[in-house]
Amino acid sequence: MRNVTTRTLTAISIGLLGMLAACSGKKGNEVTVVTVKGSDTMVHLVSMWAEAFMKNHRDVEISTTGGGSGTGIAALINGTTDICASSRDIKDTERAQAEQKGITPVETMVARDGIAIVVNPKNPVQELFLDQLRKMYTGVYTRWSQVGGPNEPITALSRESSSGTYVFFQEHVLNKEDFAQTVRLMPATSAIIQSVVLDRWSIGYVGIGYAHEAGPQVKILGVKATEAGAAVMPTEAAVHSGEYSIARPLFFYTNGDPTGAVKQFVDFCLGPDGQRIVRETGYVPVQ
Amino acid sequence: MPRPRTKWTERCVEVTLVVAASTSIILVGLIFLFLFREAAPFVQHPGLSSLMGDRWIPVSFQKEQFGIYPLVTGSILVTAIATVVAVPFGVIGAVYLSEVARPAETETLKPFIELLAGIPSVVIGFFGLVVLAPFVKAAFGLETGLNAFTGGLLLGLMAIPTIMSVSEDALRSVPASYKQASLALGGNQIQTIWRITVPAALPGIVAAVMLGMGRVIGETMAVMMVTGDAAQTTFKPFESVRTMTATIAAEMGEVPFGSDHYRALFWVGIILLVATFLLNIVAQRVLKRYSVRQ
Repeated sequence: MRNVTTRTLTAISIGLLGMLAACSGKKGNEVTVVTVKGSDTMVHLVSMWAEAFMKNHRDVEISTTGGGSGTGIAALINGTTDICASSRDIKDTERAQAEQKGITPVETMVARDGIAIVVNPKNPVQELFLDQLRKMYTGVYTRWSQVGGPNEPITALSRESSSGTYVFFQEHVLNKEDFAQTVRLMPATSAIIQSVVLDRWSIGYVGIGYAHEAGPQVKILGVKATEAGAAVMPTEAAVHSGEYSIARPLFFYTNGDPTGAVKQFVDFCLGPDGQRIVRETGYVPVQ
Repeated sequence: MPRPRTKWTERCVEVTLVVAASTSIILVGLIFLFLFREAAPFVQHPGLSSLMGDRWIPVSFQKEQFGIYPLVTGSILVTAIATVVAVPFGVIGAVYLSEVARPAETETLKPFIELLAGIPSVVIGFFGLVVLAPFVKAAFGLETGLNAFTGGLLLGLMAIPTIMSVSEDALRSVPASYKQASLALGGNQIQTIWRITVPAALPGIVAAVMLGMGRVIGETMAVMMVTGDAAQTTFKPFESVRTMTATIAAEMGEVPFGSDHYRALFWVGIILLVATFLLNIVAQRVLKRYSVRQ
């Protein structure tokens, strides 16, 4: 009991200290606030950018929120955000809505995102095409023999439904079908890698940065768009050229060409430091 | 001779004490109120009946489904396995500590038991993922160790310290005269322990088990990391399950505020709260019944 009380008190005092620090930090010179809202996939990347940017620009405060690409675009249309981070193109209907409100969405590609399919190195399967992946994750295929492997059960691993990657995979690989109920939802990318390393007959999908980082502990599969096509490995070059099927560009949308602090931030993201952060967080640089 | 106090200070102290004492009641009340307020709009749309299903698919391009059966059965299955694992170890351990062990042994063992209780659950979860899951996989010849059994085993491990220390207290509080009487009548040590001391301490032991189960059913992080979190309605221990706690923890962070999914998660929270409430009530009933008989 005593322990619990002590812990609670500690937590409360830490919280209070935090608030004090936050309050005292705000006063002083005026600060330009730039808001970035949108894609959950990009939240981590954008906050890394924001942290690095604010170190050198004390007069600018970047505030990052997620909510999804759709939410971000809606905010841009309503004029409640300076930058919208989106992992998909703006739709024609959205562009029309924006123009009605006198807002001109300008698209800037800031990074690319590729998703690698990983299996245990002992699995003899080398490549899959998209329709096979769809069937494995929707529960149509349950054994590796159905995709040219040995007669062993498939353990399909996925991210949690809150992950942007989950939705992307669902949309582009599962053709918007639901995941099978037997698919295991892992709380983190590291947990997917860990399970693939340990379980011989599991399969997972992770950002290509993570997949390459895991090294020889996992095997990255080649992916074919259709059965007839050629298998493509998720290299930076293949993601870049668009040959690799499970990849997408990541955008910033602004109202008109970026100016002032917004322009500074966008330029920083596209610059060498920004693009180094892109690579560090597991995405593919624009150039 | 106590110092005379004015009526005013007397009242002040009284009010402070009442407020301090009722904090927990007020907090529980507020939590209930808050949960229901956030969950209530779900009743009108899409309706409570949509919770009664066996498919939990909160993010979908087809149709979002909020059937909570798989989550409830997941929690029940993991809790049951954990209880089966933890009770023998916890109770027998407590008997040993309080009745058999020499003081030196107790002094060595107790700090370790307390240490086990203090390990953060995410650390235990990581241990489960890296050590226990592969072990379970190898021991039972499974394709993967991420299943309800591993989760139950891990949570059982976490419940042992609770069950052990509360049971030990109960056993120690059995009056020495009971044991002396048994020994004087010719009973040996084992007979005294199992026929006199343990039955006399039973209400306390039952309370200990209930407390342990409470810890298990509310545990989140460790169970999320090792059960595989696939939402399927099953009572097979080697299948992957998704518990209610893991669902809330995994989904609440990113759910759009005020959406059906958000409200559904609050309903899961309410069910969890009601379950722990019932567990407590049952524990108290059992305690009362046995105390009367004593």
